Amino acid sequence: MQNITANELAKIHWFAVPDGFLLLDINSGSVLRIDEDTANCLERLQAGEQPLADDAEILAELAELKQQGLLFSDDAYQDKYEPPAPVLKSLCLNVCHDCDLRCRYCFASTGSFGGKRARMSFEVGAAALDYLLEHSGKRRFLEVDFFGGEPLLNINVVKQLVAYGREREKEYGKTLRFTFTTNCVGLTPEISAWAEAENVSVVLSHDGRPEVHDRQRVFANDKGSYQLVTEHIKQFLAQNSRGNAIVRGTYTAFNKDFCEDIKHWLDLGFPRLSMEPAVELDGERCLHESDLPQLKEEYWKLAKLFEQRRVDGQPFEFFHFKLDLKHGPCLPKRLTGCGAGYEYLVVTPEGELYPCHQFVGREGFKMGDLADGITEHGQKLSEQFRQAHVYNKKSCRVCWARFFCSGGCHANAELFHHDIMQPYELGCQISQMRLECAIWLAVKEVEQCS
Amino acid sequence: MKHIQVVISGKLQQTAKTGGCGSCQSSCQSACKTSCTVGNQACEK
Repeated sequence: MQNITANELAKIHWFAVPDGFLLLDINSGSVLRIDEDTANCLERLQAGEQPLADDAEILAELAELKQQGLLFSDDAYQDKYEPPAPVLKSLCLNVCHDCDLRCRYCFASTGSFGGKRARMSFEVGAAALDYLLEHSGKRRFLEVDFFGGEPLLNINVVKQLVAYGREREKEYGKTLRFTFTTNCVGLTPEISAWAEAENVSVVLSHDGRPEVHDRQRVFANDKGSYQLVTEHIKQFLAQNSRGNAIVRGTYTAFNKDFCEDIKHWLDLGFPRLSMEPAVELDGERCLHESDLPQLKEEYWKLAKLFEQRRVDGQPFEFFHFKLDLKHGPCLPKRLTGCGAGYEYLVVTPEGELYPCHQFVGREGFKMGDLADGITEHGQKLSEQFRQAHVYNKKSCRVCWARFFCSGGCHANAELFHHDIMQPYELGCQISQMRLECAIWLAVKEVEQCS
Repeated sequence: MKHIQVVISGKLQQTAKTGGCGSCQSSCQSACKTSCTVGNQACEK
């Protein structure tokens, strides 16, 4: 009877789903349905036990699938991956280091990033767009995200920069794609109409149920922002025929039942959604490993709701369940990840450059500025980020999710471990549970289509 | 097959040769920008 080696077992990941078991072939991306006998057989083998006589049929099927290249596939790059050369393709412009909310979980120290409250001038923003166009090589599609703080506090400069970018992109034969991320306090009908006309994508922050939202997302006087923000999002979405806006929320230890917040969004008529865990070192909002069983249950509750609504003809989008297993991104993209520090940079109101928005103000992570470019220290940082891919991270090399998450967020790794090579474990575990839900939903969609 | 059914035939390894044009959207991995996975990014090709 043919057996399976430990090396082969390390190339697959199987897991329980509401209607059985699924198996992911990590290196090819193939997904298979397996029955309970197969799951039990694989579990025995993984525990180092010998297969049972009854397992012969299962082992023969596994061997046949291996022959077909659908199982136990080899990694195309192992030990020979070289990241792409640094070419800028995306800039985050922190157009305003200030905010009209005082969200309690804000990573940016309620907008100031631990520094002085400031707004970017048009001149600095224009220089940033020029820098992006100049340093983007042959990349045709470039992204610019207006961020903060709250970018709408500097909306006149944002509008000027979009107009400036539209002119400059023609000279370079490139396309700039603009986005802004807003707390929606200042989201007027006029701004909504402008965003729609200019095809600017928008990320709208909202936390769900009134009591959940108002607990965290408060004004300087401690008053909750739910009522105002909800009305503004409704009016915005009523004008958003392009479908390029997403409502995103943050859940904390106070609302581990975040599926209820998503149901609330659906009741409000919000169709494109994302809900993310707050990332904090400690405190009452902080999520802990002991929360994982409940979070896993919650994600599965959400996945079942997602599936039921799709079957009922009332679908919605949930960012982390969007997974195209047939035509998803290529392997090089999956290894590049966010590209922070070498494909993606953030510009502060003063024109300083950092690897990403999360690193702004963190000691030792300034890479240079628009006037003088990347410093020698910045170039070293850039190379460190470029080499921070899954093959160089010990825990990622053996993780089944490595081609989906690209090794996680560098900023979270640095926050928790002071080392971008050591991922934030809780974030990894949450990513894995979301991915299992997403893979199941992708399988259900394929099965329904066929 | 009695025990196993192929739902999606993946060819991810092949894209090591055909992919890498870099035209796709950047995929921020941090929670505040709503893009914690690259798996859900669309290919521009």
